[in-house]
Amino acid sequence: MLGEQSSKTQGATSNVAGNGAGPPPLNDADLLDMYRTMVLSRTLDQRIWQMNRQGRAAIVASAQGHEAAQVGAIRALDPERDRFYIYYRELTTMLALGVTPLELLLGFLAKDGEPLSGARQFPLHGALDRSRRDIVSFSNVVATQLPQAVGVALADKMRGEKRVTVAYFGDGASSMGETHEAMNFASIHRLPVIFFCENNKYAISVPLSRQMNIESISSRAAAYGMPGIEVNGFDPVAVYEAVGAAANRALSGDGPTLVEAVVERFLPHTSDDDDTRYRPAEDLEGIRDLDPIPATEKLLRASGILDDALDQEIKESAQKTVNQATEDAENAPFPEPHDFYEQVYAPGSPGDQS
Amino acid sequence: MAEITLIEAVRAAMWEEMERDPTVFTLGEDIGARGGVFLATEGFLEKFGEDRVIDTPLAEAAIGGIALGAAVNGMRPIAEIEFGDFIWPAVNQIIGEASRVRYGTQGRRTAPLVLRVPYGGGVRGGLFHSQSVEVAFAHQPGLKVVAPATPYDAKGLLKSAIRDDDPVIFFEHKRTYRLVKGDVPDGEYTVPIGVAEVKRPGSDVTVVSYGLVLHYCLEAAATLAGEGIDVEVVDLRTLRPLDTDTVLTSVRKTGKAMVVHEDTKAGGLGGEIAAVIAEYAFEDLDAPVVRVAGPEVPAMPFSPLLEAQFMPSPEKIAAAIRDLAAY
Repeated sequence: MLGEQSSKTQGATSNVAGNGAGPPPLNDADLLDMYRTMVLSRTLDQRIWQMNRQGRAAIVASAQGHEAAQVGAIRALDPERDRFYIYYRELTTMLALGVTPLELLLGFLAKDGEPLSGARQFPLHGALDRSRRDIVSFSNVVATQLPQAVGVALADKMRGEKRVTVAYFGDGASSMGETHEAMNFASIHRLPVIFFCENNKYAISVPLSRQMNIESISSRAAAYGMPGIEVNGFDPVAVYEAVGAAANRALSGDGPTLVEAVVERFLPHTSDDDDTRYRPAEDLEGIRDLDPIPATEKLLRASGILDDALDQEIKESAQKTVNQATEDAENAPFPEPHDFYEQVYAPGSPGDQS
Repeated sequence: MAEITLIEAVRAAMWEEMERDPTVFTLGEDIGARGGVFLATEGFLEKFGEDRVIDTPLAEAAIGGIALGAAVNGMRPIAEIEFGDFIWPAVNQIIGEASRVRYGTQGRRTAPLVLRVPYGGGVRGGLFHSQSVEVAFAHQPGLKVVAPATPYDAKGLLKSAIRDDDPVIFFEHKRTYRLVKGDVPDGEYTVPIGVAEVKRPGSDVTVVSYGLVLHYCLEAAATLAGEGIDVEVVDLRTLRPLDTDTVLTSVRKTGKAMVVHEDTKAGGLGGEIAAVIAEYAFEDLDAPVVRVAGPEVPAMPFSPLLEAQFMPSPEKIAAAIRDLAAY
């Protein structure tokens, strides 16, 4: 059964949820929707990788292997209420938050109309218009988003707004000093933050054993006086439950939580990387058998939620959507440099050259 | 109209802005009960409470990043970096991130934060409490960089900085805090960012400066007036964006230009100003552009004679102006 025996809690308090409340149980429609998003993400991800290999997309950081963790986390949050400080491997998160495959492909192809940065930035970077979703990813520099997310949550707390800010990061970013500074400050001020670590066990080429001398990133939570939850990131329901508990804790004013979703990186760090140079073949052996998408499919079928016809519809629909988005994105023009000097400074303010 | 010190001007600007706008708050090391190591926030904790006067852990990257996050989310934080020498851990958040927020999101997010940075030497601060770090920030498009020399400008510019919709790095020279006094109007006023000011009109030589040594330039000019050399002193006030018009107008009038700053000469702001003058006013020049600046040692030494060796002084500046005037 999804979600069972899939997480363990570490850290300062034994009561993960703060006020004791976990998220409500997921119904069949929720589970199917999560499965749909995972299938769409994988289909799109494979397409983008393929386009990179054909020389059509400059750079890709694939989310393959992270889909269940990302879809499970978003399901536990409120896309309209909450704030998402993501990092570069968040394709599924983007889809789950309602960014369209076409918009994402416009980003990967650096085309006009890309909604996050106007293609000034790498794919998946920039910020979505706040009237849609508060999704932000300013930087490629790892861990910078953690103190920023803490500042965002501080502002919400100062205004008395009940929102959760989620700071996404990987195991690599967990080594940065800013990660420590952010967690420490958030805990001192009991800020409504979820530190959501997608631990895929590699910082580009450096394995966990060379990144830290501990077994689990979530165990660090104890040092900050907040709960840490380690969860199987291949189990979307377990992630949902962990993040839901963390969100309840944040909303009840009990402060931050570190959630570590243990996942796998099925592909190299990015399309510019060659993981055969450092990752032993046996490292990935057997892991693909645990691929969360077929695993979820199997469980949904076993529960009678999914049958052949519906599964076929979901997969064909994803393929069709991605095909159409690919065509539309390829036909879109590159942005002209007419606004090249705009938004360096506020319009009309000193230094504005637009 | 009252005569106040520069630190009092800084304090008054923050106080009034925090009274005026509930989104303004301040964070930094020792700014609460201690009132800041220079007492810039003396009495703030009692007046505004610990929600708006936040003592942070000793963590400059967090100070920069948290200020940035709060700014992106609708607040107007004023972050104090205790000493300019301690700013480097925050560089990632300020030069790397804050400067690009607006550009990288096409204006969908903005970062109206102020980073207050006490800087500069002549205070027996040694190698790690004397640095001039402004040029690192003045190099970065997307940031605004301000360095006032007088209480009037400090108060007016800090208010403008707090109200500005872009990240502003506000450099306060430590030695000016209590040394420099000046008249400040009782009522509300601001000084615009990006506008230099001729602090002393003259016809023979243009001297461009900012911060503490601007006062040394004025002293040198007063001395030289008695020798028949009429010096015009331009106070940049803002280091980014540079008010090149005011500089060029002055140089076109005098035909001779000097830049004076405490920061190291090579790669200092003087190089940029000299280049602007050479590029746009070459035909008006009667002499090479001269720089009086800090020497090529890593930072300002501690012992008094060594410190004096580093610092520009009214005498050193006057001597250089004499040479330039005689060219």
